[in-house]
Amino acid sequence: MLAFADLVFYMFAAMLLGSAMGVIFAKNPMHCVLLLILTFFNAAGLFILLGAEFIGLLLVMVYVGAIAVMFLFVLMTIDIDFAVLKEGFASYLPSGLIVGAVLMAELVIAGQAGLFSGARISTLTAMPAPDGVENIRALGQVLFTHYLFPFQVAALILLVAMIGAIVLTHRRREGVRRQNVMAQIARTREDSLSIVKVKPGQGI
Amino acid sequence: MEALFALVTAENALLIAKNLALILCITLPLLGAVAYLTLAERKVIGWMQLRVGPNRVGPYGLLQPIADAVKLIFKETIIPADASKVVFMIAPAMVMVPALIAWAVIPFGEGMVLADINLGVLYLLATSSLGVYGVLMSGWASNSKYPFLGAVRSAAQMVSYEVSMGLTLLSIILMSGSMNLSDIVMAQKGMWYMIPAFPMFVVFIISILAETNRAPFDLPEGEAELVAGFHAEYGSMPFALFFLGEYANMILMSAMTAVLFMGGWLPPVDMAPFTWVPGIVWFAAKIAFVLFIFLWVRATLPRYRYDQLMRLGWKVFLPFTLIWLVLTASAMHLLGKV
Repeated sequence: MLAFADLVFYMFAAMLLGSAMGVIFAKNPMHCVLLLILTFFNAAGLFILLGAEFIGLLLVMVYVGAIAVMFLFVLMTIDIDFAVLKEGFASYLPSGLIVGAVLMAELVIAGQAGLFSGARISTLTAMPAPDGVENIRALGQVLFTHYLFPFQVAALILLVAMIGAIVLTHRRREGVRRQNVMAQIARTREDSLSIVKVKPGQGI
Repeated sequence: MEALFALVTAENALLIAKNLALILCITLPLLGAVAYLTLAERKVIGWMQLRVGPNRVGPYGLLQPIADAVKLIFKETIIPADASKVVFMIAPAMVMVPALIAWAVIPFGEGMVLADINLGVLYLLATSSLGVYGVLMSGWASNSKYPFLGAVRSAAQMVSYEVSMGLTLLSIILMSGSMNLSDIVMAQKGMWYMIPAFPMFVVFIISILAETNRAPFDLPEGEAELVAGFHAEYGSMPFALFFLGEYANMILMSAMTAVLFMGGWLPPVDMAPFTWVPGIVWFAAKIAFVLFIFLWVRATLPRYRYDQLMRLGWKVFLPFTLIWLVLTASAMHLLGKV
């Protein structure tokens, strides 16, 4: 007997696999990114179905709402030549196949070892938080109480990476007239306006 | 396959039918409100500019939205020859759909909510961040200069203001101690959050103006420099969908403001004459008030320049909301609420 949730699971899973295949096979990079977004969406649906609604919504917010927008942004503004994109295909193929084969072998070995069987999964899904505690509270407990120091260190590393990226790419162009808002606000009537009586026929 | 057929039970059918009916109960009045918001906008701006606004179709021009709808439906749908056709046609729906699905978590009254989920605020943020895709897709798929520029502008704008919007919401979450929208409304019994968090209220109002691409932040569709921005190549129903999506988004953002800052369905004072009015009427009145602010701003303020818009988002709002967040957290700690 299938529960209703199972049907929803199969729907999300099928859509996820289908759109993930689309990401690989689509010819136009733009379509690839759009399909990738659909993949994120379905993954978020699966997370929510598993009871990890915080992670699911975060996936939509961070990956779909911000990171994928940046992908699209970059992709839209660079000029893509499809012929150049396809050029290195033959030389990359062997290494790609090796990576794929290793991943496949790992999955098969994991399956053989019974990692995906029901008994094993039931022990794996043991929640770190007691029952009845909301998702977000449990996460907060883990991140900000038990693992505060590693969390802060991770945040600091990310900050350093971000500042590094800005420092490396930022260049100050000469000859650009920038607006100085503070100077504009600080302007007074005295230093910007004077009333002059002009005699007829003379000018200033 | 048999297992699939086993799902077709009276119980499941009833469940689905009930939810569909509830969804229709929300979306149909919403679409009506969208139609009449367009009329209200033209009328209000007309009065502010000493004009009468539309007054030919029906009494006081009340049938104007219907006339507009008929006109748009019977126009020819034009797809540019070089457009990416599938993406071109999906894009308008991508603007409309996020504005509709977000209503699932909005509480209209005590217990009157379709999905009373614990992470309502996060859900709202997640869905409101999707609107940018419709704009980006339409700009790219049109394969034309002005829509493209409009779309790129809009992507940067919406992503920027989402940050300050999220941070304002964080201080609200800190004050109420919950991400459930019904709980947030109930926590405002006694005092609406717009009073203790008035600066955040102002920041939020400005951010939703930018988030919905409305004046003075309507750069993605600046008529003067971009012809019409991202929807320049659209006509007929696809264009109408963009329009409907924008207005549905305005109503949604107003509802968010009402729930998060103005006590949702709660009356302003918990006393006899105010409590006689049903909660949903208060809620609608608050939404109407925020919508009026939208129109008022449009009739009053000139359009921002693009670099000013970015400066406001990143250099003013972001530090300010961050400082306010720390202040709120400290205040909550000192008051012993956490």
